[in-house]
Amino acid sequence: MKRLSRYRRHKAAGPLLLIFALFAIGTTFSVASATVTETQSVFDRSASIEEGKQIFLKGCSSCHGLNAEGASIAPSLIGVGAASVDFQVGTGRMPMADMSTQAMRKPRVYNEEETAALAAYVASLAPGPAIPGESELNYERDGNTAEGGELFRNNCAMCHNFAGQGGALSQGKYAPTLMGVEPKHIYEAMVTGPQSMPVFSDKTITPEEKLSIIKWIKSAEAEPNLGGATMGRIGPVSEGLLAWVLGLGLLIGIAVWLTTRAR
Amino acid sequence: MTTTEKKIGTAANFVDERLGAAKWVKKSLNKVFPDHWTFMFGEVCMYSFIILLLSGTFLTFWFDPSQKEVVYNGSYEPLQGLKMSAAYASTLNISFEVRGGLLMRQIHHWAANIFMAAIVAHLLRVFFTGAFRKPREFNWILGILLLTLGLVEGLLGYSLPDDLLSGTGLRITSAIIQAIPVVGTYAAFFLFGGEFPGTDFIPRIFTLHILIIPGIFLAVITIHVMLVWYQKHTQFPGVGRTEKNVVGHPILPVYMAKAGGFFFVVFGITAFISAVASINPIWLYGPYTPGQISAGSQPDWYMGWLDGLVRMAPPLETHAFGHTISWNILIPAVIVPGIIFTGMALYPFIESWITGDKREHHLLDRPRNVPNRTALGVMSITFVMISLINGGNDIIATNFDLSINQIMWFSRIGIFILPPLAFIITKRLCLSLQRADRELLLHGAETGRLLRLPHGEFVEVHAPISPEKAYLLQSHEQLVPLEIEDVDARGVRRPGAIKNKLQRRLSKAHAVSVPKVTEQELKEIENH
Repeated sequence: MKRLSRYRRHKAAGPLLLIFALFAIGTTFSVASATVTETQSVFDRSASIEEGKQIFLKGCSSCHGLNAEGASIAPSLIGVGAASVDFQVGTGRMPMADMSTQAMRKPRVYNEEETAALAAYVASLAPGPAIPGESELNYERDGNTAEGGELFRNNCAMCHNFAGQGGALSQGKYAPTLMGVEPKHIYEAMVTGPQSMPVFSDKTITPEEKLSIIKWIKSAEAEPNLGGATMGRIGPVSEGLLAWVLGLGLLIGIAVWLTTRAR
Repeated sequence: MTTTEKKIGTAANFVDERLGAAKWVKKSLNKVFPDHWTFMFGEVCMYSFIILLLSGTFLTFWFDPSQKEVVYNGSYEPLQGLKMSAAYASTLNISFEVRGGLLMRQIHHWAANIFMAAIVAHLLRVFFTGAFRKPREFNWILGILLLTLGLVEGLLGYSLPDDLLSGTGLRITSAIIQAIPVVGTYAAFFLFGGEFPGTDFIPRIFTLHILIIPGIFLAVITIHVMLVWYQKHTQFPGVGRTEKNVVGHPILPVYMAKAGGFFFVVFGITAFISAVASINPIWLYGPYTPGQISAGSQPDWYMGWLDGLVRMAPPLETHAFGHTISWNILIPAVIVPGIIFTGMALYPFIESWITGDKREHHLLDRPRNVPNRTALGVMSITFVMISLINGGNDIIATNFDLSINQIMWFSRIGIFILPPLAFIITKRLCLSLQRADRELLLHGAETGRLLRLPHGEFVEVHAPISPEKAYLLQSHEQLVPLEIEDVDARGVRRPGAIKNKLQRRLSKAHAVSVPKVTEQELKEIENH
């Protein structure tokens, strides 16, 4: 103790003590507050955001602007969230093939990792709806088919048709078919409201109700054709066509045969 | 005489001595019906009607015509636990629990679609061949009545299951009723028993659909067929066929066998389609609630043209003295169909006024020989087709990558331009066909054989046509315009100058045709 107190007036004592104190406080703080893995994922995310930014600059910025701020031909992506990117890029709608009335579903251009990077980049610009995780999409467990059907008819059928086959909107736009759409994308579409579709926020339709809707859509998709060929599940137009072409067509054929044989 | 024959003879004699039926039966059995495939549309109508009666009766055993609210707990899982009307629940029950119920429902609905299609085909045949002319005008009007009844009956049947689509149809029906000036609102409240949807309309519609309208149907069909029986069937012109005879097969055995067999063919085809193709899958539509609607809500095809007319109407409304008149519904859904159906019913009289022809006709016209009537028919078909296309505009837009607005504008403009265009083109085509007939009669059929004459000229060899064909080509009457003088023999101006002028003009337009080949021309050709 004496040896230590001998140096207490040493000119290096002050700075050394300061360094020690800082080190001690810093160590205590880092041990108490942060975890090592968290630091790691921050590094990952920033790397992924950087990668997403590079993809964005190459593939998207010509329309959406260098900082995703939007332009006259494409909307701003600030605040649309990762879910929106995952829906638009994941279903192949973005990048758009042509600037016609509506982006249509097509084979996706970016693979899953690239899509995730793009989503991370856009999500880093401003907060927005996140991509729902696997556990949040367990519609088989959390959904109710009948309730989903009622919600679907209340909120979705007026555009997507009673069986989710899609329908026409004004000026060549359309509500696409919901058959064969992944549950994740249906969920994201409800949350983000792509193109002409309105946003169905969690206040309008709760997450459980969204899962019920997905469950009903999947049940309609899997439903066998109970009454025979459905002709598209689009209602009486195709039925009338069949009545004339097949029904009356066959009857005319028989009538001609009956009256020519008699001679 | 065998013992069987003796027995039958004794039995027949027993009936005849008491009812005096032999004379009538003998006369009836000797009745002759001409043969042509287009004459069988009427039979298709009648057989479809019988199928409708049979399958409909089956459905009434399980259908519950009530709007009482029930909770569904049947076997169709996606609807379990939902509140719905008893009518809808019982239709689900027929579809999924009743043995053969779904097939019967489908037979009933497909038969209705085929019934209406056959009525239209029958109507077109009668129209284009002029079978409606004297003495058959009354039967023509009965036919129009049957068509109208069919439209109403179909609409009511479509409304009964109380699914989302039928409720949507009823909503539009109530809107159309409300659009009638002055009485509309009262009439709608009266029919629906209060504000739409109310709780009364399913039981009311049920009574109309299964009792009143089928009853009227049966009565009118009976008169319709008896009139054909009494007035005899018309026939196409040909060798040996005149206005005074009917050439064909007697009712027994050939005609009876064919007609009876044809019933089973119609039933078979309807059952086949019902077995392989779904119609009106009400379980997918869901129960009706006024807050819901589906994209692509359409009526059955025979109402589709009316829906199309309503869809193309621009938003026109007038507000006067605290009342709203919705011209956008009133014109396309009430006035236009009213004009069309009244015009159709009166057409035989209109045509006879134009031509001045008051004679009886039992020989049919070939459509080309009456160009004006044929053109009018094609014009009407074009009108209905454009309306029908617009009725399915959303389905067409999604399936053919078109804009619904473009289809609507095409229909809005096309409904005024295309029917007159169709009239002109058809009239030209008819006259060209008449010219071709004349050519065929005068110069024979083209053989495709070329002959080089000694001086180098090429000519095509024409073969003479058969006498039967030649007879057919010149059997029709030459159309002649009415001669109506403005002044009578004493030089006094006749009354109704405007009417006379109109009649003269229409008559002149109606009589436009290629001159028939005269006897003299034929002789000249023979000597040639």
